[in-house]
Amino acid sequence: MTEKTRTNGLSRRTLLKSTAGLAGLAAGSGAITGFPYVKSAETKVLRYLGTAVNEGDDISKQCLKDTGIKIEYITATTDDVTKRVMTQPNSFDVLDTEYFSLKKIVPSGNILALDARKIKEFGNITPVFTKGETPGGKKIGGQGTAPWKVLYLEGKDSKKFATSATEFVTLIPTVYNADTLGIRPDLIKRPISSWSELLNPEFKGKASILNIPSIGIMDAAMVVEATGKYKYADKGNMTKEEIDLTMKVMTEAKKAGQFRAFWKDFNESVNLMASGETVIQSMWSPAVTKVRSMGIPCTFQPLKEGYRSWASGFCVSKGVSGPKLEWAYEFVNWFLSGYAGAYLNRQGYYSAVLSTAKAHMEPYEWAYWMEGKPAEKDIKAPDGSLLEKADAVRDGGSYEDRMGGVACWNAVMDENDYMVRKWNEFIAA
Amino acid sequence: MDMSEEVLQQASPGLIPGSGTARAAKPTRLSPSVISWLQAGPMMLVFLAFFLIPLVFVVIVSFWDYNEYQLLPAFSGRGYTDTFEGCIDKLPELCTIGRTYVMTLKLCFMVWAITLLIGFWVAYFLAFHVKSKTWQMGLSLLCTIPFWTSNVIRMIAWIPLLGRNGLVNSGLVKAGLINHPLEWLLFSEFSVVLALVHLFTFFMVVPIFNSMIRIDKSLIEAAYDAGATGFQTLVNVIIPLAKPGIVIGSIFVITIVMGDFITIGVMGGQQIAAAGKIIETRVNALQFPAAAANAVILLIITFLIISMMSRIVDIKKEL
Repeated sequence: MTEKTRTNGLSRRTLLKSTAGLAGLAAGSGAITGFPYVKSAETKVLRYLGTAVNEGDDISKQCLKDTGIKIEYITATTDDVTKRVMTQPNSFDVLDTEYFSLKKIVPSGNILALDARKIKEFGNITPVFTKGETPGGKKIGGQGTAPWKVLYLEGKDSKKFATSATEFVTLIPTVYNADTLGIRPDLIKRPISSWSELLNPEFKGKASILNIPSIGIMDAAMVVEATGKYKYADKGNMTKEEIDLTMKVMTEAKKAGQFRAFWKDFNESVNLMASGETVIQSMWSPAVTKVRSMGIPCTFQPLKEGYRSWASGFCVSKGVSGPKLEWAYEFVNWFLSGYAGAYLNRQGYYSAVLSTAKAHMEPYEWAYWMEGKPAEKDIKAPDGSLLEKADAVRDGGSYEDRMGGVACWNAVMDENDYMVRKWNEFIAA
Repeated sequence: MDMSEEVLQQASPGLIPGSGTARAAKPTRLSPSVISWLQAGPMMLVFLAFFLIPLVFVVIVSFWDYNEYQLLPAFSGRGYTDTFEGCIDKLPELCTIGRTYVMTLKLCFMVWAITLLIGFWVAYFLAFHVKSKTWQMGLSLLCTIPFWTSNVIRMIAWIPLLGRNGLVNSGLVKAGLINHPLEWLLFSEFSVVLALVHLFTFFMVVPIFNSMIRIDKSLIEAAYDAGATGFQTLVNVIIPLAKPGIVIGSIFVITIVMGDFITIGVMGGQQIAAAGKIIETRVNALQFPAAAANAVILLIITFLIISMMSRIVDIKKEL
């Protein structure tokens, strides 16, 4: 390969000198695919497309230090990440996205499955992903696009999900969490234990959900089930009648003035809660942490019906090959080797490989974040700011309790198109 | 031959005496129509490349089919039929798209009326009350100050002011005027209109001011001399002469508000339907043909409004 590149380079130079420069350029450009071998001493760069969850300056700095790989972040919302994979698959190398997007991304043929055999820690990935159960053996709810349903492909270039384990993995898991409602305990002043409280008229004009149809409708379904109105076969894959029913309940609540506002991004949800515009709403764990860090009481409230979970992981663009693919494997292996996992755990998310993350955390941190024990010392965020004082206990308790309590996963439904139309109708109501 | 003569020559050949000799002196001269094409050419190309061609694509795509992850380039009216779903069955109730457009038009009309009222008087003040050119310039610049920060920041700044525990509510409660905070100040049609008026009044002020400043002051004096009252002068002299500015400003405001979904989203708490919002939701769900169909519908409706307005005032003639 190197030989060939050199010959090509030579012939290009000779040709350029001659009058047939244009033809030479064309020949030269053909040789570019072989170039990285020659240039391997230079910085290794990976363009990394993803949501902000996994991204962090500290992670990219540590990665550069440990592996020499420079990560260029391209940050977008989940919807925009999917859009970009569809429309500009050559604009990124590594893709960090959520499992539920796979139902759209995989059939498009724009991503390349990674080879499980080249992932050092693959065998140590938490059984949450591979078996749908916690390390302690608790069965996890599989409604919606649960990761284990879309983890494997039938072959390298297959567009079909395999029903049993193969070596071709759609997304190498990195981070996941169990979501629930956030509440303002100081303004509610009583225990909250069910999703149905979201539509309790007591909180009229003070409730909120997110205006991201595919996630919003899942939260709505949790509420409908909690009120006992209906039991879904699969909340993450409703029939048209079930979508109608769910949206009817939500529309009635909206018309009765139940909701103060809907939110679309992290900051909006923080502002609604911190300003007291809402007292109960769908929320993401770090948003709750953010409200608390502003000195305002906020609880990520565990509910008896369980959590709505999400998970994301890595794959690469179909255009990635040769050395760049090797760097991608090197990067993914580094990501699972502990530093990043510990970093994510300290933000309240969960790492895909628990053993390596544990090795990078202090025992008291592990006890607080993962075992649900009271903090022995003050708990600090990755940036060093104080998150919780000593003796605090994490909302929802241990990893086993939280992940074991998952009822459903973020999803793309078969009737997604219909659902989106109904969602627009709900907003217009 | 100096410049002004040349311009005149192009505008109406043969007007200037002796131009025949000039032509004879420079036989290679381009004909006036070629020059006009060259002058209009660059803008035309930009217009073609960045507006007309993309627009044609949007129209074409709006008639394609789609699935979860790709566009299917086969003729389909699905984007449109889905959009108008239930419009006939639901009668006399309005369907989603109907309700959305009623809401969008309502917001649009309110914003237009208020920005016109405010914009007209600001422009009037600048054009007729401020005598010195320096002050006129200075005060016009003052109007642009809100544009020194981004739209989003100007919108978000309203939230701590209008919120349940915001400055306005706590002020009113402390003053004893109300017992409970007013809920409708934020995340309501009121806050949407307020923010839009705040954002876009300037687009009314500039064209109206521009028309007013060109009004010959002697016309106003003549009206005064002929015994017209201030109101009669306003209605019979100033408003007719400021009409082009009013129409241009109105076009700015109406087109922006019809397509807006960010301001309506943020200030309306994401609960108020807007034509632009439907397009955004569709695009986010990767349903591009449906989004394109909605864009075409929005374009047609906006175009109808604009053409109705230009029926009232012939801008081409007035300019």
